Amino acid sequence: MHNMTLSELTAGLRDKQFSSVELTQAFLSRIDQHQDLNAFITVNDETALQQAQAADQLISAGNAGPLAGIPIAQKDIFCTLGTKTSCGSKMLDNFIAPYNATVVDNFNRAGAVMLGKLNMDEFAMGSSNENSFYGPVRNPWDTDCVPGGSSGGSAVAVAARLAPAATGTDTGGSIRQPAALCGITGLKPTYGRVSRYGMIAYASSLDQGGPMARSAEDAALLMQVMAGFDPKDSTSVEQAVPDYSACLNDSLQGLKIGLPKQFFSSALNSQMAAAIQAAVDEYRKLGAEVKEVDMPNLELAIPAYYVIASAECSSNLSRYDGVRFGYRCQNPEDLTDLYTRSRGEAFGAEVKRRILMGTYALSAGYYDAYYLKAQQVRRLISDDFKRALSEVDVLMGPVTPSTAFRIGEKTSDPIQMYLEDIYTIAINLAGLPAMSIPAGFVEGMPVGLQVIGNYFSEAKLLNIGHRYQQATDWHLQVPKGFE
Amino acid sequence: MNSQWEAVIGLEIHTQLSTKSKIFSGASTAYGAEPNTQACAVDLGLPGVLPVLNQDAVRKAVTFGLAIDAEIAPHSVFARKNYFYPDLPKGYQISQFELPIVGNGHLDIEVDGVEKRIGITRAHLEEDAGKSLHEDFHGLTGIDLNRAGTPLLEIVSEPDMRSAKEAVAYMRKLHELVRYLEICDGNMQEGSFRCDANVSVRPKGQKEFGTRAEIKNINSFRFVEKAINYEIERQIDLIEGGGKVVQETRLYDANKDETRSMRSKEEANDYRYFPDPDLLPVLIEESLKAEIRATLPELPVAKKQRFLDQYGLDDESASTLTSSRELADFYEAVVKASGGEAKLAGNWMTGDVLGALNKASLEIAACPVSAERLAGLLKRIADNTISGKIAKQVFDKLWNGTATADEIIAQEGLKQITDTGAIEAIVDKVIAANPVPVEQYLSGKDKALMALVGQIMKETQGKANPGEVNKMLMEKLRKP
Repeated sequence: MHNMTLSELTAGLRDKQFSSVELTQAFLSRIDQHQDLNAFITVNDETALQQAQAADQLISAGNAGPLAGIPIAQKDIFCTLGTKTSCGSKMLDNFIAPYNATVVDNFNRAGAVMLGKLNMDEFAMGSSNENSFYGPVRNPWDTDCVPGGSSGGSAVAVAARLAPAATGTDTGGSIRQPAALCGITGLKPTYGRVSRYGMIAYASSLDQGGPMARSAEDAALLMQVMAGFDPKDSTSVEQAVPDYSACLNDSLQGLKIGLPKQFFSSALNSQMAAAIQAAVDEYRKLGAEVKEVDMPNLELAIPAYYVIASAECSSNLSRYDGVRFGYRCQNPEDLTDLYTRSRGEAFGAEVKRRILMGTYALSAGYYDAYYLKAQQVRRLISDDFKRALSEVDVLMGPVTPSTAFRIGEKTSDPIQMYLEDIYTIAINLAGLPAMSIPAGFVEGMPVGLQVIGNYFSEAKLLNIGHRYQQATDWHLQVPKGFE
Repeated sequence: MNSQWEAVIGLEIHTQLSTKSKIFSGASTAYGAEPNTQACAVDLGLPGVLPVLNQDAVRKAVTFGLAIDAEIAPHSVFARKNYFYPDLPKGYQISQFELPIVGNGHLDIEVDGVEKRIGITRAHLEEDAGKSLHEDFHGLTGIDLNRAGTPLLEIVSEPDMRSAKEAVAYMRKLHELVRYLEICDGNMQEGSFRCDANVSVRPKGQKEFGTRAEIKNINSFRFVEKAINYEIERQIDLIEGGGKVVQETRLYDANKDETRSMRSKEEANDYRYFPDPDLLPVLIEESLKAEIRATLPELPVAKKQRFLDQYGLDDESASTLTSSRELADFYEAVVKASGGEAKLAGNWMTGDVLGALNKASLEIAACPVSAERLAGLLKRIADNTISGKIAKQVFDKLWNGTATADEIIAQEGLKQITDTGAIEAIVDKVIAANPVPVEQYLSGKDKALMALVGQIMKETQGKANPGEVNKMLMEKLRKP
């Protein structure tokens, strides 16, 4: 069962080949069996089985939702009523939200079963999942390697078949990069397509939730549930949600693909470049036309991102002050002591680093030089994309400069770690949708192909991903020991 | 004030907008609930929550802007003001900084008969913080977040005022205006209308401003006047004594009638303002402005002019009666119900009615005598059924009961005696019984007549028409 697609699982449940309880039990056993991957922060054995039971009844009664009885797992950044929501931080190790994130409500309404909450870099800050209070997550393709981050737990749960599908969030690459490093399909939707309500904020103008699945076809089913306007999120967009599965098989004849020349510079490992070129060739065979495009401002994306994201996080994380919820230090002497020790003891090093950078960037006398300048750069980058996407339908390139690195390899050098997101960050600054699909292996480790589309072109991206996955079998590869 | 010095004053007034729910959440804004019962997940700043702007707060801000003839920003932006405080749940206050919703406007005040225009620099929307409670927690601090997220419109004036009196006149005018517009209940005890005063002094004739001090959170007209006057004197004394005013925030202590330092500029927070990424810019279309403009009530200045023109009131009465919308509405209801007794209604309203309300510490809305019942009384005065003196008795009974004026007059037999024969008999009787005043009057002392009128009114228990009596007396005493 654990190798079936979502459509196959839905059909199996409908045709009574197995029940949701059996299915849920099977995944709970796999989660238990592979605890060493550390993909989950919380496993909901009991409530998952209750949800499965309820789903089975609804399926029998014939009025089940689109994902009825399908087990999924939520990144621990989405607030879940009654279940701990830690955001990978000691700060929220004791936090049980009194409400559900809109995304969680949407999955509940669709009848999905929640297996548990997935490990992640603390407050979604990181590219390797080594910044979690709950310890690093291991990549099933090589357990000495990182799975990427911040949605590392999500990528591993899907790649290791611990869950049929999962949610992730992407502020600078946090869905696409771990999807690429773990050989799964991850879609970062257009900013505003998926509600951020109840999704703990890292950098509000960049954060976006999206699906992490084994195929574009499965991702389409998840998107159908996740996407939509939410009156509780002022930045969500009031625009009709298309049927994401309807055009999966559309022909790619005449599709115009642009390859940003800045994506193929010397920074890209040559074997990676070859894998990406091979994937692009596959699209040529499917009828696409390919041309090079110039995006001169892409190289400014990393500094601009780290100013904007840090500035927003420095403010977003101010609410963790030990006063109302979350970690509070022992025996505070006074208010300042309460603040400094609660925050000092509960935040990890990377979170502190970004709060400090952001506080600095917003300070009197520095605001114009950093924050305002970064916003100007952000506009230049958006303009680059606008120009490029007026010439071609989609852009393609690598997701990461290399395959998964070893645990501990980059932890001492934050700049090296930040460069992990060199191909993904610009897309968040522009607010565009982008997808990572498995496109081969280098030395046994998965390589991801990134496909970037225009605003609200998720259906097109899924179509492009699906046609490729019909022609190739990279996405069907399973890491050894997890078949 | 020492005449060599001139004070320069600007006010920042926080008006609480009277919306049903908070500015960024659906929680109620009602005052006086049990602590923390009117704070939802958004107000608590829980992880993951997001603000959604209350459109009614925007409408109220635009209403204010239009009423002070201000520029309404077609595009305004919410910004985060970052600082840590236990009653500030998110660690930042959502406010407006560079692009406020209301731009340059003005308000005209009058002090000692002189009109003056006070500039209003801006008015911006923001959320209120919660409250820290220091009593009853055994050395700890309690936090009540009911007020957190209550919508405020902060109205910032130009430094155009030159005395505490002007500052208070401006504040009163603003208070009157926001209540006219029904955008704020104006309740100062509950903190719905609070004032920060920026005060500096400079030698008369000097162009540059002196260094200013900001006095925080003064919540009554009287305290604003006292605090500013104290601060002016303090600064003058300081400078004349060879000292220098430092830029700082001060608190007014009403018990000691003094201001004292709270924090200096050096200790001031760097608020690290930046646009709030959770909220879209506020876009105000011309059509919304037109729609709101069409619903604007008649404003105090226009209403006063109309009262002068339409009702023939004197300037003072017109000012008094238009000082609040409720009072003006009450007056107009009385005029209408009395069949147009505008002047009589004006006299009674500004005299007996306001006097009684004042004595009982009541607002016009709580007046025990409705407009209709008051009008019923005025009608009987106008048609001479009762005298002005009797009317006062009737008014007391209206105030303390539920009967109409006509019922009271009938029950108490207060109807004026209109039978001239009956009055003549009493007049004759009084003349006969009081030879001394009669003699005095006849020998040229006009005042003596008043004693006789008094006697007659006494005999008739006030039910005779004093004018009638006067006339009859004079005729009778001239006859022989």
